[in-house]
Amino acid sequence: MIEVQNLTKYYKDFCAVNNISMTIRKGEILGLLGPNGAGKTTTLRMLTGYFKPSSGSIKINDFQMPDDAIQIKSIIGYLPESAPLYHNMLVYDYLEYVAKLKGIVDKEKRYDRFLQLSDLCGLSAIMDKPIANLSKGLKQRVGLAHAMMTDPQILILDEPTSGLDPNQIAEIRDIIKTIGKEKTIIFSTHILPEAEATCDRIVIINRGSVVADDTTAHLKAGVKQNAILKLSLKGAAESDAAALLGGLNLDLDVKSVEPVEEGLVSFEITPSANRTDDRDFRPDIYLKIKETDWIITQFTKESQALEKIFRELTSEEAYPS
Amino acid sequence: MKQIKTIAIKEFKDYFISPIAYIVISLFLIVTGWFFFSTFFIFGRADLRDFFSLLPIIFSFIIPAITMRLFSEEKNVGSYETLLTMPVSFTDIALGKFFAATLFTASMLIPTLSYPIFITFIGQVDPGPVIGGYLGAIFLAAAYCSLGLFASSLTRNQIIAFIIGCALCFTLTILDKLLFFMPTKIISVIEYIGANSHFTNISRGIIDSRDILYFVSVIFIFIFSTYIVMHEKN
Repeated sequence: MIEVQNLTKYYKDFCAVNNISMTIRKGEILGLLGPNGAGKTTTLRMLTGYFKPSSGSIKINDFQMPDDAIQIKSIIGYLPESAPLYHNMLVYDYLEYVAKLKGIVDKEKRYDRFLQLSDLCGLSAIMDKPIANLSKGLKQRVGLAHAMMTDPQILILDEPTSGLDPNQIAEIRDIIKTIGKEKTIIFSTHILPEAEATCDRIVIINRGSVVADDTTAHLKAGVKQNAILKLSLKGAAESDAAALLGGLNLDLDVKSVEPVEEGLVSFEITPSANRTDDRDFRPDIYLKIKETDWIITQFTKESQALEKIFRELTSEEAYPS
Repeated sequence: MKQIKTIAIKEFKDYFISPIAYIVISLFLIVTGWFFFSTFFIFGRADLRDFFSLLPIIFSFIIPAITMRLFSEEKNVGSYETLLTMPVSFTDIALGKFFAATLFTASMLIPTLSYPIFITFIGQVDPGPVIGGYLGAIFLAAAYCSLGLFASSLTRNQIIAFIIGCALCFTLTILDKLLFFMPTKIISVIEYIGANSHFTNISRGIIDSRDILYFVSVIFIFIFSTYIVMHEKN
């Protein structure tokens, strides 16, 4: 559906995007990850036709950028970072302006679409408010309604959840998931759990180049030692518990951490670097603790796969300058 | 075509949502009203010649104030990005904004129609120069709007856009007053480039295709320059 080949963008001498190639299939939710300044926004802006690439080609369906820019723009819905809107307009007027520009000429159709969108994005209460008076989350929703105005095949969202509170993040994420069932979505973020929770595929960019491009599951499977086991015990002395865990001889790194509640002892357990055995070590720990009279209050495994990959691929050390 | 109309209507409405329209219109009416009527009864002529002769200089300060926000504001707020990623062409955007500004200056002239109406009570007004004057004023306003539009497309800072716009419009206005300093060989060329002589011709009621062609060329050149700037900036 979307084919990007050798895409490069220079700002004067600075290379913001360097030779990116990727293919995005229909119906995929693609997460574009990378540290700040990696070139995510620049890449998305080129996809949407706002920036002209310095070199390389973008093909969407059978349309070629920049010759068929107008056709491409009409099948893409785009929400720029921080949803820039016209502050002096009312929400309704703004949506009407967008609908007209996007070619929904028929009045009835426009009205129907507004009803659908206000349901989907929760806009019904703010239709008559000036955009300048809206909170950041509401502006983001108006921006999302803008992007989805013509029910586009491709939705491109640039950091849709940045600067929102946790409730709003959850709302936006739900909307993305709902519409992602039938649409191709590309969104950029630097929040890893978000990408993990919503994306089918992840592309990590660093310093303008693609450093990883795979399905979320594959990426995670590719790393060893990807989990931290968080353990909290009640009724145990710290030294006893540490001795017990150390005595298992499973090549584990046991780190004592600040207890999550008073009266507990907490540990973070990770496989040590020279551990060769891939076997799950949780049963051993559990059985060992069962022999004592301690109470387990927390026993959770947290996957850190994505974070680890991200750090490895994008850290400064990876690219000595 | 539809896109141009949509953009033009939106931009035109924008003037009246914000206080700009009311400030600019009152300023324009106060300045023209004062300069025109302060000498009107001294000369005792029932015509609008003095009013129209003021317009080029007043327009070269008022119109950049109207056009300065057209691109600069959008670039500053970031809505330029949303606009450019909608299925509209650069030409649609440039023309839509140009028509909005021209329409606004035309509507700014509407209250001044009361001047000729009042003057008919005092004496016999020759309709030719009045109609010609308003026609010329609209051509002049359109030309200056295209200059201001171009100035606005250059920068995200409205004040810079205003100053560049003023400089361009003012240059066109006073060019034929500087003929004195020019070498004789290029006098006729410079006189043709200046806007004043063309406007004066039309406002005398002489509607010559050469003068109209001049204004149409200025409009075309600066809208096209705006288009090129839009292209180059991304």
